[in-house]
Parts: sequence; structure tokens; C-alpha cells
Amino acid sequence: MTRTHVSATVNGDPAEFLSDPGTTLLDALRDELGLTGAKEGCGSGDCGACSVIVDGRLVCACLMLAAEAEGRRIETIEGMADGSTLHPLQRQFLEHAALQCGFCTPGMLVATKALLDANPDPTESETRYWLAGNLCRCTGYDKVIRAVMDAAAELRQVRV
Amino acid sequence: MTDVLDRPDAKAGLKVVGTRPVRPDGADKVTGRAAFGADFAMPGMLVGKIKRSPHAHARIVSIDTKKARALIGVKAVVTAADFPDLASEEYEAGEGAANMRDLSLNCMAREKVLYDGHAVAAVAATSTAIADQALDLIEVKYEVLPHVIDVEAAMAPDAPLLHAHLFTEGLEARPDKPSNIASRNQLARGDLDAGFLVADVIVEGRYTTAAVHQGYIEPHACVAAFGADGQCQVWSSSQGQFMVRTYCAKVLGLESSDIRVTPAEIGGGFGGKTTVYLEPLALALSRQAGAPVKMVMTREEVFRATGPTSGAVIEVKLAAKADGTLVAADVVLKYQAGAFPGSPVGPGSMTALACYDVPNFRVTGFDVVTNSPKVAAYRAPGAPISAFGVESAIDELALKLGMDPIALRMKNAVRDGVKAAYGPTFRYIGYVETLEAIQNHPHYRAPLGPNQGRGVAVGFWFNVGGESTAAVNIGEDGTATVITGNPDIGGSRVSMAMMAAEVLGLPVEKVRPIVADTASIGFSMLTGGSRTTFATGMAVTQAAQKIVADLERRAAQIWEVAADNVDWLDGAAVCLDAAKAVPDLTLASLAAQSARTGGPIGAQVSLTAQGAGPGFGAHICDVEVDPETGHVTVLRYTAAQDVGRAIHPAYVEGQIQGGVAQGIGWALNEEYVFDRDGRMENAGFLDYRVPVASDLPMIEPIIVEVANPRHPFGAKGVGEVPIVPPLAAVANAVRAAIGVRMTDLPLSPPKIRAAIDAR
Repeated sequence: MTRTHVSATVNGDPAEFLSDPGTTLLDALRDELGLTGAKEGCGSGDCGACSVIVDGRLVCACLMLAAEAEGRRIETIEGMADGSTLHPLQRQFLEHAALQCGFCTPGMLVATKALLDANPDPTESETRYWLAGNLCRCTGYDKVIRAVMDAAAELRQVRV
Repeated sequence: MTDVLDRPDAKAGLKVVGTRPVRPDGADKVTGRAAFGADFAMPGMLVGKIKRSPHAHARIVSIDTKKARALIGVKAVVTAADFPDLASEEYEAGEGAANMRDLSLNCMAREKVLYDGHAVAAVAATSTAIADQALDLIEVKYEVLPHVIDVEAAMAPDAPLLHAHLFTEGLEARPDKPSNIASRNQLARGDLDAGFLVADVIVEGRYTTAAVHQGYIEPHACVAAFGADGQCQVWSSSQGQFMVRTYCAKVLGLESSDIRVTPAEIGGGFGGKTTVYLEPLALALSRQAGAPVKMVMTREEVFRATGPTSGAVIEVKLAAKADGTLVAADVVLKYQAGAFPGSPVGPGSMTALACYDVPNFRVTGFDVVTNSPKVAAYRAPGAPISAFGVESAIDELALKLGMDPIALRMKNAVRDGVKAAYGPTFRYIGYVETLEAIQNHPHYRAPLGPNQGRGVAVGFWFNVGGESTAAVNIGEDGTATVITGNPDIGGSRVSMAMMAAEVLGLPVEKVRPIVADTASIGFSMLTGGSRTTFATGMAVTQAAQKIVADLERRAAQIWEVAADNVDWLDGAAVCLDAAKAVPDLTLASLAAQSARTGGPIGAQVSLTAQGAGPGFGAHICDVEVDPETGHVTVLRYTAAQDVGRAIHPAYVEGQIQGGVAQGIGWALNEEYVFDRDGRMENAGFLDYRVPVASDLPMIEPIIVEVANPRHPFGAKGVGEVPIVPPLAAVANAVRAAIGVRMTDLPLSPPKIRAAIDAR
């Protein structure tokens, strides 16, 4: 089996890896690059636990082939904090207790960041529909939504 | 044990308990650093995969693994022949007993497969692709047998028989032939016939629920390494590392002392990770291969071969006087157990009438094996199912009596001193307070629009205590480490740290809680039964109290005063001897001079926690039904619950909100769908639809605090109660919206549409 050489930018840094034809971006991130923050909850794009941002667009890493990452800019949960300073979304999730087991949390945070990048002032309803692809079985979403709304407000203040 | 609640000002004096600090494991969880089951890797690790039955019921004629073994890159192949054929033996792990023989046969089928997805062989190979190829090369010959999945069909005398050795237990006389009814249990009191005779109103109904899965987002995962010296290591995501150790030892015929299990972070369990599926297979493969083996389930495997909880039939007959006083209740529960006995019909029976003070009743439960995955515990196992029937019937009774549904429940509510339907006499319960909380909430009087309805339901769960160990060690810098053996499934680390911080007088940030492996801390029963904050929290508190006593002794030694002349206040020893004008000794200063006062400071407590206070929940649900499509939207939801005392209120609220969301899914969307051959048709999150963010409103929790005097801070278990009422709360709201009683879950649009059309 021929392995493909892939060069991409991951969280701002150049990254290179070899990929089998059937390897997903999720497997490449987790197994080749050691970035295990993105999780596999379903492998079929239904749960969103593997959410990453590719060239500014939110994707399920389990639905994208690793070879397709060639030349792309990929953002994962590992790149969200600024060094040891948490992103306002990460901080708000903690302050709101918006996670219980924490397994869906990386995907939820990445998906939320993609939302706020596109729409800094979402309504509750817009937030709920945007996150409809990110399953959480622990929280009932209540505290997640509140954390997102508060983080959005905080980020709008920063922008002003 | 010092009972903090003996002091009337107990709550006022608390500095940490009852606040909402950020969890100590939080940063790891929001940055992707937290290592869950599938995130662990070892050098030279192989990939393990499972060959599964495509049949719901079949005799295994032969398994030929020769071709698979010959494939380059395959390092091990195991079947039932590689595991001891165990005798029937029960083992109690914390949320119901498990039969070791059945557990073994569920991990790996022997002679017969009993459900679609039942494991028949496993391989370990150098890559996933090779492992998958090897699975295809394993040749299994089956003799397909007739199957049965529906619970009542399985109870029929001519039903296909799963186990030739299964004779119904709990009957007056042992039956003369085997059946699928593993057991019948009965709870009864008073004179049922007399009760129905004096009734003014009788309601009767038959209700059904579908099998539903716990739906944790993290699939089961583990890494196992069987050493050449027979010493085994397992890293896995589970609700109890000690449970994994014991079960692996039993299934493999090993000494549990030869197995060390390290708990990974767990990505949800809800009861579904209170057993093992992968770990014994991974160890067996590792033993054969001489290398570590990693096994991770796919989502399809999770649905087909783990969990779920029972589909069930619930028959309820209630009788009341014209003023609403309940005089009789007759409840029949038929629960699917899946492939092996052990449905939660026992707790389903015991909880069915637990909220009601009714003089004459009978609850009859049937545990029925079926050709579906062996059920696993699911949050308040069995209780939501029986509550769906009983709470629907109570709603029907309220309608017939023309009574307010909360007033009817209040009239018949259990109170302190009432003998519970399941036996003990209630003490320190907060049920009436919980009912009052929803009765007085503005939600209950808010106006409703067209096609909208409001439902009320209540629920009960025992909560358990049990065996726990905790150690607290003081560092030389005056910080504390809290070590327990209970996986943190929803924020329990922070509660452990808070209780220790409260006793020690430290800021919570100075307390680091650790969940340790089986070799590093004494035994604890698994995280389940809503026991961790109660039982393990009690061990943590007592360990911290031992340290405070030791610190007082050390300060007394330094000051040369009697130990009873020293008090511990706000994290420092205070000298009560007025003759000694000495400054307070902080924990940090005592820690710094510990070498001179007796050496390192630490304490461990192992206990069996008694006195877990039962929990009650009362919920209000508003729905809107689209008469065109039959789609139900939950508009508003309020859930009150007596939690004893909320250690960390935000995580208590989270438990309530999460339980409600799961209950709404159970009520509206979720179900196992099988095809004619007994194969699951919806083994994925697209077709097995758990609630998503856009399905739900905000869920308002009301924390009711009626302290449990048997816990140092008054805590009762929290996690399970909130899933009990929602099934009926939703169904009762739909009844109010469309005027038709819906009796079969889930309340999917086609069923609602048909009910509307038929009205």
C-alpha cells in the first residue's frame, strides 16, 4: 500500500505525515500527530466530537481523508488557548460548569469558535441550531448554551 | 464521625461546600489534554478487533481461525476456547449483582450466539487493516435458530428458548420446564381486593417502553498488557477500575492481585460502563501475542453489543376514593433482560410506588431474557420505566377525579415515618418540599397557547452508599492531595476537593484530587448508584478530619499544651490556653515542621457508607404538538429535586439537566429498531436520535435541600433521580395538548399523528 506524504499547517505550525489512502484526518491527527484532543464518538459525522476547522470551515475530521489536508490550514482544540491562557470560550465553559465527562467538549468548543468567528452575536436559537451537530449526553446543553452566549458577549467587548 | 449537621448553623458556617469553584481537572478537559480511553498508547501496541455474530440466535457449529492466524501481521486470535468455562456465581460491584458465567459468555459466546453483535472471536494484529482482514478470514458456521425480542412474545409458552437451564425463580413451585422468564418478583401489602372494593374511582392502563441506550459519546476503549511474569496492566475507560480488575480476573481465571487497572478519563457511562466487554479479550489477546493490545469499539458495536436498558410492558391499575386518597394499586412489570437474566425489574418494582402512601398494593415483576444485547445499568435502572406507567396512571386518575395533579400527589405523598412500598421507613426525606417547589413555581401557572399542554410527574431513587476508600496527604508546602478510587464521570473530583478543603480550612485550589489505579488506593465500589459524593465523599471527609486531629496534636506538642487546648479554625491551629500567647500555626507551617512532630502528614479511611438518603424529583413539562406532523416540541421544563445538600450546586444542576435531557430523548425519539431477522437497524447516531441542542429548551433546575444527617455535609445522591420523571412528564403534557393518552414510547410523530387522527 502506497502511503501519501501530506504537508499541512496545524495550529499555525507546519506538519507533515504519511497517510494510507483510507486514513481519515481524525486518525492522522490522533495517531500520526499525537493530537488526541479531537475524539471519535461515531466515525460517521453524527456526533461532532472530532470537530476541527479547515481553512476557516468547520468539519468533522472523521469525514475528511487525511490526504485531503494537503496544503490546508487546520485548527484543533490544542491550538485554541494562547499558551497557558485559556480562550474566553474555554474559560466560560469552566466557569459555567458546561461540561461533565468532557468527552464532547473539545468538539463543542471548536464548533463554537467556528460559530463566533462567523457570527459574533448569535441568538440562543442560532447557537442551538449551529451546535445541533455536536452531541452532548451529559449536560442537556443548558450550561453549554449559557457559556457560549457569555463568551460571545465577552468577545464582543474585546473587539470593541 | 463528627456530624456537621448536628449544629443548627451548619450551613452558615460552610466556606467551600455550596460554592461553585472551577473543577481541578477543567483545564485539561477544555484544552484536549485529558486522556480518555482511546487516547492512551504504548510502544509496540497491537490493534484488537472483534468478530461478531450476524444472527440474533444461532448455534455455533464451528469456528475456523486457521486462515486468520496465517495472515502476516496477525499476532493473536482468541475464541471462547481461550477462556475458562465458568460456574454460575454472583458478584456485587456497586450497581446490582452480576453473574460471572453470564458475564463471560457475554464477552465471548460459547456454543450459542444470543443476539446480533454477540462476540464470537477476537484478533490482534499490527494494524487496523490487517485486523479487519483477519476477521473476514475467520470462518464461523452457524445453525440459525428462531429468535424472540419482544418481551411478551418471549414469555409465551411456545417462544424460542434462549437457555435450556433457565427455570423461573420466584414462583410458588419450581416450574417443570425451562422458559425465558428468569424470575418473578413480588412486593405486596394489605388486601388488594378490599382496596379495589372501597374505591370510588379506578383507572387501568397498559404502557410500553422501547429498549434505549445510555448513549455515552465515548465508545468503550482499553489498552491491556499481559506481562511475561503474569503481571497484567489495563488502562480503560470504565465506571470502576476495581470492577474491571475483578471481572477480568474472573473471566480469565486470574488472581485479581495480578491485575493493575488504571482508570482513564471516562467519556460518559450512565451505568453502561459498570461492566466489561473489551478488557478480558484484550488481556487474552495480549497474553497470546506477548504485546500490549488496544481495543476501541465503533459506535455500531456500542449499539449492537453494549447497554441498553430494557424495553418493557407496564400494566397499572389504581384505585382512589372520591377525595383522591389512593386505596389500591396493582402493577405488573415485564422487562427485557437481553441475552442473559438481570433486567432492572427489581429496582423498577421497588421504586414503582415509592412516592405513594397506599395501603393495599401488589407489584409483580418479570425478568425476561430476549435475543437482544444483555441490558446494562442505565441511570436509576428500571425506575423510569415503572414510573412512566404509574405516573401516567396517576395523571389519568387526576383527570378522572377532576383534581390538580400536584394536589393529588401531595394528598398521597410519602413523608417521614411512612413505611416505603419497598420496605424501610422513610426518614429525612424531602418529597413534600420538592412537590411544593414545583407547585409554587411560576411555571405551574404560566399561560399555555393552542396545541400546548403541561404535564407533571414525580420520581424516586434509593441512592446507595457502600464501600469506599480515600486518602488525604499533606504536602510540605501545606497543600493537600485527595486520592480516591472512583472515576470522575461528571465533576466528582471537585466535590471531593471541596469537602476536604472545608474540613482542612484550605482554599479549594490548594487541594488536588486524584483518581488512582487499583494498586495505589484501597478498594472502592464503582461510580454508580449515585454513591460517589455520598460514600466516597464521606471517606474523604473522615480522612481530612483525621488529619485535623493529627494537626491539633502536633500543634499541642509544639506549644507544649494538652491536645484539647488546641482548636482548628480556618486552616490553622489556635491555642486555647490563654496563658500561652502564641500565634496560630497554619497548616503550611505545621507541614513545614512535620519531621519534628511525627513525620509526614496523611490519613486514609476505608468505610462502608450507610444511610444514603433517598432522592425525590418533581418535574413540570410544557410541550407543543404540531397537529400536521405529530412532532412534539418541549417548550419549557422545570425540575425540582431534594439533593440533601448541594456540595457543588452547578454540577448538581448539571446532573438534573442532563437526566432530564436523557429522559426527554427516551420519551420522544430513542428506541432500538430490529429487522425481521433480529438485527438492529439503527445502530448509529443518525438513526438512533439522542436529543441535540436544538431539540431542547433551557432546563430549569430547582435545588431543594433537606439535609441528610447521615452524611457529614448533608449530601444525598443526585445523579439518577432526574431521569425518572421525564418519560411521564412529557407523555402527560402530550395528553394535555392533544386530549389523547399516549401509552407507547417513544412518542414519535407517526404515533401522535395517528392518535390525533383517531380522536
